[in-house]
This record gives sequence, structure tokens and C-alpha cells, in this order.
Amino acid sequence: MPAEHHGHGHGHVHPVNFDPTAAEPDRFDAAPHNGRPYRIGIGGPVGSGKTALVAALCRALGSELDLAVVTNDIYTTEDADFLRKAGVLDADRIEAVQTGACPHTAIRDDITANLDAVEQLEERFPGLELVIIESGGDNLTAVFSRGLADSQIFVVDVAGGDKVPRKGGPGVTTADLLVINKTDIAHLVGADLTVMTADAHRMRGELPVIAQSLVETPDAPVVADWVRSVLPVSAG
Amino acid sequence: MDLVSLVLADSRFPGGGHVHSGGLEESVARGLVTSVRDLPAFLSGRLRAAGEPAAVFAAAAAHAAARGVHSGHWKLLDAELDARTPSRAQRDASRAQGRGTARAGRAAWPSPVLDELLAATPRPHHPIILGALTGIAGGRPVDAARTAGYLAVSGPASAAVRLLGLDPFAVNAIVAGLSGAVAAVAEQAAAHAGADPQDLPAPSAPALDLLAESHVRQHKKEVRLFAS
Repeated sequence: MPAEHHGHGHGHVHPVNFDPTAAEPDRFDAAPHNGRPYRIGIGGPVGSGKTALVAALCRALGSELDLAVVTNDIYTTEDADFLRKAGVLDADRIEAVQTGACPHTAIRDDITANLDAVEQLEERFPGLELVIIESGGDNLTAVFSRGLADSQIFVVDVAGGDKVPRKGGPGVTTADLLVINKTDIAHLVGADLTVMTADAHRMRGELPVIAQSLVETPDAPVVADWVRSVLPVSAG
Repeated sequence: MDLVSLVLADSRFPGGGHVHSGGLEESVARGLVTSVRDLPAFLSGRLRAAGEPAAVFAAAAAHAAARGVHSGHWKLLDAELDARTPSRAQRDASRAQGRGTARAGRAAWPSPVLDELLAATPRPHHPIILGALTGIAGGRPVDAARTAGYLAVSGPASAAVRLLGLDPFAVNAIVAGLSGAVAAVAEQAAAHAGADPQDLPAPSAPALDLLAESHVRQHKKEVRLFAS
């Protein structure tokens, strides 16, 4: 975009005008910033531990990276509330997006609401380096559009059944990283972790797989290392 | 009809429309719409109360885009639609969809006219960007008005299927049954397309304004799945 279209990107946010008769000049710059933050999408079925992983990553990376989170739970504010209460991130660094009862549409077919949330965070925190976008829990075919996420993590868990990696689907087969969560309870739910990871590697070829337990390693150190490895060199 | 109308009216158009129910979710939550039987009245009310003003401004914006107006005119249209939208929640929903439509439209129909509009109003009202894109792509004001009128009912209809699990064939038939009403709204709107912005009609509906405000307020206490 030509320079004159950056008209409103002058580094501050205008106060909201509640006067219903006032015409509202737009508070948001329509043009993308140069050197925008890196975006990582985290998707996977309901209850697989996406929000817990986001909280772990915030704890692990929050002191070294300028980061923010967008949540897409169908219960809209629930995940954002969880993160706020966990105290891992300031409340104004978390945006919650409503998905119109269609979480996969909001991360794949029509990413408008999520892009708006990301751009509002960018406006609020000009030095932002990483935005984590957490999808609402969805099915095995739900992946992030490349227009929204630069790379994506798909999260499954042992309690969802050890056949899940074998079933495949774009989430399991194409995500940049597959995380198998809750390994500490595998023996309780009769899941064979060896089978799960072997199936996952077979379905994914060279793409990485990390099996972890956030009970045993609350800061998800291996996933955090993977995140560091995909960030652009200039970050941090 | 130019292809632009079909693209803009398609529910697969990536402009952010799928997260807006146009007051339907709040109506469902209040028990005002519970079945397929309730839907025709809701949709026909919404066509007249929200579809008409949207159609009027879409037609005017298509007319303006075809004339290649300058930024002052876009600001004036924007302000006039603000003045006709007393509910802040409705203004926010309109601008959210307008910005999404602009993002998709900039990629699909790049043009100096669009640049001028977005420089004047980076977060334009939905009907204005709908109309501008239609005009830029060679569509007529009546095409833009029809798109705006159709979207005013197709969004809530789709939300009704998702929220109430209604029979999609029955809902689709109700939308198709509004064909004559949508055409009439579009023709009436197109008749005003060249008017001064301040002289454009101002139909309104307090009920939809109140539902929109309530939706936003309720969302802070309990769950609303749609943004409006």
C-alpha cells in the first residue's frame, strides 16, 4: 500500500467515543505493518490440551519474547479467562474471537475475525514478536489457513484414543508439529504410546512429533524449543 | 448481473460475515425465534429494517464508485450511515464486516477508487464497501442493493440453521421465498442511488437495535457464539 494509506498508524489508540451521533473515524490501520510478528496456530480436538499448552508456552517464552494470544473457543471467553486466571499473560495481551458456531471456518475458510484480532494486538503492542492463535476444539480435518498462521501445531491426547494418529486427516498429517499430550495418563486409559508415536511418524514422514505431559513438564520445554527453532532469526 | 454480486453474496466469501447473526442469536436466546415457523416474520422484518438502509447505501456507494468520487464523498456517506445506525453494537458489526470485506476486496478488485475510499475510511461500513466493490467491478447500483438486501437475510437464516438445528431445506425455501421482497427493496434503493448522502432514506427498527445492544451486553455475562 502507498504511504498515505498508513494514515492512522501513528502509534496511539484513540479513546472510544460513546456519543451515538458522532461519526467514528477508524481507529485501526488497514495496512499490515512491516516486520509483523510471527503467528503460530494451535489446533486439535476438544479437550486435547490446547489451552494448557498455550499457558505452558506463555510461561516458557513470556520472559524472552514479546507475545500475545488469540483464543477461538466456541465458549468465546472461557479460554481467555483460563489464561488470565493462570496469570501467565496480561489480560490485554489476550483477544477472544467469536466464531459463529463454526471454529474451523474461523481459522481456515474465512480468517477475517482472527486477522482482526491479531491486528488489534499488533496495534496495541508495536514490538510484538509472536502471536499464538488457539483454535476452538474441532475435528481432525481442521487446519489453519497459511494466510493466518505461519506455522501450526496440532494437539491430540492419549485419552482421545491411540488410533487417532493412524486416522490421519490434514491436522495429523500436515501440521508443522504434532503434539501428543497427557502421556502421564496413557496407562490409565489403555493407550499404547509406542503405537501412537510410531503411527504418527508413519503418517507424517519427516515432520516432527513430540509426546509430552504438562503434569511432568509444566513449561512444555520441548515444544518451546521447537517454537524457538521456527521463529525468524531477528526475533528475541 | 455481474459475477461480483454472486461472489459478494456467496456465504463462502471470506469477509467475516459468518460470525454475524444479525440479531438472530439474541432472538433465539430470548425465545422469540424457536422454529421454522418463526423465521419468515423475523427475516422479512430484518429485510425491511436492516436490509433497506443497507441496500440504499450500497446502491449509493456503487453509484459513487462508478463516478470515481473523492475522499470527501466517502467520508460523508460513512457519516450519514453512522447517523442512521443508532446502536453502537450495530455500527461495530457493520464496520467489522466492512473491514473484512475490504480486506478480501482489495485482493480481488484492486482499484484507485478503492484506495481512495479506504484512505478516507479504513474501517468502512459494510454496505458502503459492498456497493463500492460492486461499482468498481462494473456492477450497477441495483446489483449492489440486491446483494446488501440478500445478505441482510441470508446471514440470520444460516445462523438459525446452526443455532436451532432447523431443517436447512425449509430455511433455504424461506430465503428463496423472499425473492420478490428483496427485488423490491433493491429497486427502491437504486432509485435513490444518485441522491445527496444527507437525502438518502433512513428506515430503522428499534427492535433490532435493542437486540444488538442486548447481544453485546449478554456476551459479557454468558455465552454468545456470534459477534452480533
